[in-house]
Order: sequence, then C-alpha cells, then structure tokens
Amino acid sequence: MREITLSKAVNEAIAEEMRRDETVFLLGEDVAEAGTPFKVLSGLVEEFGTGRIIDTPISEPGFMGMAVGAAMTGSRPIVDLMFGDFIFLIMDQLCNQAAKTHYMSGGKLSVPLVLRTNMGATRRSAAQHSQSLHALVAHIPGLKVAMPSSAYEAKGLMKTAIRDNNPVVIFEDKLMYQDKAPVPEEEYLIPFGVANVKREGSDITLIGTSSMVQVAEKAAEILAKEGISAEVIDPRTIVPLDEAALIESVRKTSRAIVIDEGHQSYGVTGEIASRLNEKAFYHLDAPVLRMGAMDVPVPFSPALEDLTVPTPEGVAAAARKLCAGEMIHAA
Amino acid sequence: MAAKAAKPKTNSEDYLRMYRQMVRIRAFEDNANQLYLSAKMPGLTHMYSGQEAVAVGICEALTASDKITSTHRGHGHCVAKGAEFREMFCELLGKEEGYCRGKGGSMHIADQSNGNLGANAIVGGSMGIATGAALTAKLQKTGDVTVCFFGDGATAQGLWYEVMNMAALMQLPVIYACENNGYSEYTKTAEIAAGSLPARAEAFGIESFTVDGQDVLAVNDLTQKLVARARKGEGPFFIELMTYRYHGHHVGDINREYYRAKDEEAQWKTERDPIVNFGKWLESEGLASSDELKSVQDEVHADAEAAVKYALEAKYPDGSEVDMHVYAA
Ligand SMILES: Cc1ncc(C[n+]2csc(CCOP(=O)(O)OP(=O)(O)O)c2C)c(N)n1
Ligand SMILES: [Mg+2]
Repeated sequence: MREITLSKAVNEAIAEEMRRDETVFLLGEDVAEAGTPFKVLSGLVEEFGTGRIIDTPISEPGFMGMAVGAAMTGSRPIVDLMFGDFIFLIMDQLCNQAAKTHYMSGGKLSVPLVLRTNMGATRRSAAQHSQSLHALVAHIPGLKVAMPSSAYEAKGLMKTAIRDNNPVVIFEDKLMYQDKAPVPEEEYLIPFGVANVKREGSDITLIGTSSMVQVAEKAAEILAKEGISAEVIDPRTIVPLDEAALIESVRKTSRAIVIDEGHQSYGVTGEIASRLNEKAFYHLDAPVLRMGAMDVPVPFSPALEDLTVPTPEGVAAAARKLCAGEMIHAA
Repeated sequence: MAAKAAKPKTNSEDYLRMYRQMVRIRAFEDNANQLYLSAKMPGLTHMYSGQEAVAVGICEALTASDKITSTHRGHGHCVAKGAEFREMFCELLGKEEGYCRGKGGSMHIADQSNGNLGANAIVGGSMGIATGAALTAKLQKTGDVTVCFFGDGATAQGLWYEVMNMAALMQLPVIYACENNGYSEYTKTAEIAAGSLPARAEAFGIESFTVDGQDVLAVNDLTQKLVARARKGEGPFFIELMTYRYHGHHVGDINREYYRAKDEEAQWKTERDPIVNFGKWLESEGLASSDELKSVQDEVHADAEAAVKYALEAKYPDGSEVDMHVYAA
C-alpha cells in the first residue's frame, strides 16, 4: 500500500469531502495561499477557490462564532485553528454555543462543524504553543473529540468528522505531520467510538492517544525483549470512547497504563483509569496507572521540556513494576 | 501624580545612544538568525530587523519603571527597554542564566527588571495586560506609562476594542503602539484589515497618530510628547507606526515570494533602512563621524559575539527546575 504523510492524509480527506459535498467550506488564518504554517492545506485553494477556502484575520472567537452560525443554517464548516493553544480564545463559541445548541433547542437545531487543531510538546515552542488541551473539550457534553495516531486515522477520522452532525474537534499532533503511514487509495471512513488494537498482548494493556500510541508501541517492544507481553490500544476518539474494547483488553491482561499528552491532573488518563476501575475492578491485579504530561506549563528549554512528556522508557519502567507486583504509589 | 519626564534627546550623546541601541537590536537578530541556521537554537524565532526605529524611538522616551508589553517579535523591544545581550542569548538557547531561566525562550523573552511585562506568543494577548498595568499606575499614582506593542495583525483581535473602550472611559496612561509592518504572517495587511486603523481608535475618542516607523527621531519626538501627556492623565493614545520586517515571518520562512516580492524587500532595505538613514543624518548634522559610527558597530558586534559564545557554553537549567515557578510562594 502507498504511504503518505499525516499532513497529506488530512489534505486528502478535506479535498474528498469538499468534492462530495459542496456545503463544506474551510476557514482560518493563512489557510488559502499559504496552506497553513504547517503546509497541511497546500493546494486546496487552487481547487476550491477562495470562496470555500477562506483566509480570515486573526480573529479566532469571531470566525469560530461565524462557523457555528453557518453550521446552524445549512453549511458544514471546517474551522482551522492554527495552534491548539488558541482554543482558549474560542471557548465560549465552542463550549457555550456550538456544544449546547442542539440540546437547548430540544433537538431542533444542529451544529455540524469540524474544528481541526493541533497538540503536542517537544517542538521547543514554549508554554503558549505546546499544549495538549483535548481534555478541556472532552469535558463538555455535546462535543466529540478525535485524536488520530497516524496518517491512516487522520484521514478516516477527518472524513467521518465532516459527515457528523455534531461539532467535532480533531487534535492532530503537530510533530507527526511529516510521519508516513500506509493509507489506501480507495475511500474509507473510520467510525467514531471504535478503538483499534495496535498490538496484542497478555500481561498488560497500554492505552495511548495520539502520539502516545507510538510511545506505547515502543514501550511494548522494550517489554517484549524482557518477556512481558503488552497489548497496545488506541481509542482513536475519546468522545465517544470505546469503553467496551478497553474493558475487554484489561479483563485479559489484568493491568493497564493510560498514556496521554494532556496534563495528568483532571485529564484523559484519569477518566479512562477510573472507568476501568469502576467496570473491570475484579479483573485487575494492580491499580490502573495514569501517565500524562507533567502538571507544569510547557517549558522552552529542551533540558526541561523533555522531562514533561511520557517516554517509552518511562512507560516500560512503570509496566515492569506493575507486572512484578510492586506498588508504584504506596499509600 | 509624580511627574517623571524622560531626558529630552537634545544632545549628541542621546542621539548616539539611539543609534547604538538600533545597532544592538540588528546585531542581536543577525546572531540569532545564525544560531538558527547553524541549528544551535532550539525552535523558531521571529526577527525584529527592519523595525528597530520603532522600539528604540519609543523606549528611549520611557523611564526604566515605565512598562511595556511585547510580542512574539519581541527581541527589539527587549533590547530597547534596557536588556543585556548575555541574559538574552542565554534565554534564546534555553539556558539557566536567561532572563526567564530558559523557561520562556524567544517568544517570551523579557528583562522584567526594566519594566518589560513579557513577550506574548498569543497575538493580541498583551492588550489587556498593558491596560491593566496602566490601571495600576492610575490607582497607585505611580506616574508610570505603559506602552502596548502589537502588530497590524493583532488589530483583528476583539480584546483590543474592549480594552480601548475601558482605557478611554478611565483615561488610562497607556499608549497602544501598532507596528504596521505590512504583513500578518503570510498575508498583506490590506487583506486582513478593513477601513483605517487609527479610525478604529478614534471611534473610542482616543487621539491617534500615524508616524514613519523608519524614522527614529520622528518616533521619539511623538512618543515623548504623548508620554508626557499620558503622565498628566490625558491618555490613552494610539500610534500606528509604518514599518517593515526584513526577514520572513519567522526564521524558517525562507521561500516567501508567493506573498512578498523580492523587489519590495530590497527597496525597503536599500532606501528606508532606519539605521543607515539615521547614521547618515548624524553625519550630515556633524553629530558623529563615519569613523565614530563604525566603532559603535564594531563594539556592538564584538559584544554580541562574546555574549553568544558565553551563552553557547552556559549550562542548562537543572532538571529540578521543571516544576519550580508553577505557583508563586
Ligand atoms: C491568537 C493567535 N492567533 C494566531 C497566532 C499565530 N500567529 C503568530 S504571529 C501571527 C501574525 C501576527 O501578525 P502581526 O500582529 O502583524 O505581527 P508581526 O508578525 O507582523 O510582527 C500569527 C497569525 C498567534 N500566535 N496567536
Ligand atoms: Mg505585521
């Protein structure tokens, strides 16, 4: 199968859906001629014109609000938010407006829009350009949240998102734009709420989101050499969450670590861990561990920044202890 | 209110200082660019080169306790407000001795002890901060003035209109300084700004000015007058400074002919360079000889190189610093 970059996968998904449905349009800063700073959207304006690939001023709350209104009236906007960190600027439009309109209108209005943005540290971009803020959005009922872990997921999830009748937020890892993966030429969609077992194993389940799937896979390789068999699961969407698949895996392995690049406290790792504790408690041989990003603003200095995110070695070390029956956090 | 006036720039010493400060900014940026090109600098950075007369013209009209807020393109503001090369290069390289102990890097570089409240990586993110600093000045009668630097692109942020309204209602000592360098990332300003920028501020009853941002004396004269008036409670003010950035949006923005013509760049650099033109003026007025100007440049370049060398060898913060400073004691 051909291999393409995550960047190209996103580009293809948007182009295909724009060809298929002319109510789809895209807006954001420097999306047209510049094709975004990461060049993800290069070429789209040539095909679809500036009427459908719309450059905006640096007015995030404004264009997010316009997307909500457009979505309520028959359009299917894709909002391009240059950095995930800027989500704080659009929180009202996203969380008070887009997320609640369908419910508040008793199901009479809907907001079919996609917000595509990014996440991920270690790009040496400091505290306001490195955050992974998906948990904030996942906290708000009415919003769906997708976290592609490779080019394959990025394409399939984007196409599903564009066809969904709800506001969907997609977080792409900005360090993965140039990573290649096999992506079929033929059309495919990846349904929301269906986890993907990336690697089968029997001793411990490593649940990873976005780039943490690769961290989990690398940890599994390290562990395999030591005779520990790790299963790696990618939930692909955290809202909706494929709880059943995660529980099934943990029933088999009896141990789990949840790895995610959001801050550890009050985050995705805690949510998934507590669901496993509630629903698979009698199958567990050890507490479910959370491994999120350190609870600090992301520092600029490489010497500090690299300490803030989970690593394969760190995950392997924790897995080793869990499998040996050692207490990791003794009371 | 304690009236503070910056020293009037009437003698050649002050003019030479302005010249030197502009040369220092250019030298800092040239070295930063080299650090990027030789892969010695982590991440990206936005060069201030070309806009020196704005930062220097304005900051030379301020005292050390007057405040500024800076932007992603903030090295120039930082130098102009009194920062030292060593601590700046250390910050740029993520070293412990940097102004922010390596935690901020290029986009957050600031010498806090000289009234720099920080460089902001959120476009428009400092507009509230600057206005709030002016509120402190008013409430505590400090006599300080705050200058809020931002780009033309930032005028699209709604926050600006909220705080201008309040600053005008409260007559706060804040000067909104818009550096109109013609581009907002990869887009011409004309394509992202409807109508006129000064008219927007005027709609709030804020006195507005447009000035040649390549002319350090024009910038300085205007700012001195406005700072003096702001101290007397006659603020806020808005200045649009017409200027130009020499490099790409950031150091990695090399192939940029699709949005900006090479001829245009060459024209600004050869005809409107703020340092060259000010140097010529100093010579023609008999305030400095070309030898004197040359020796200023040589000194500054040697300083910059020594600071780079120092910063390259300086140590990174210890890992234990990673969770320091999350909360204030
Ligand atoms: C809220 C926000 N939106 C978008 C960006 C990305 N961005 C960084 S600089 C920039 C352009 C800013 O243009 P301008 O204000 O004119 O400043 P200049 O770069 O020209 O100095 C953009 C869009 C950002 N940092 N913050
Ligand atoms: Mg600009």
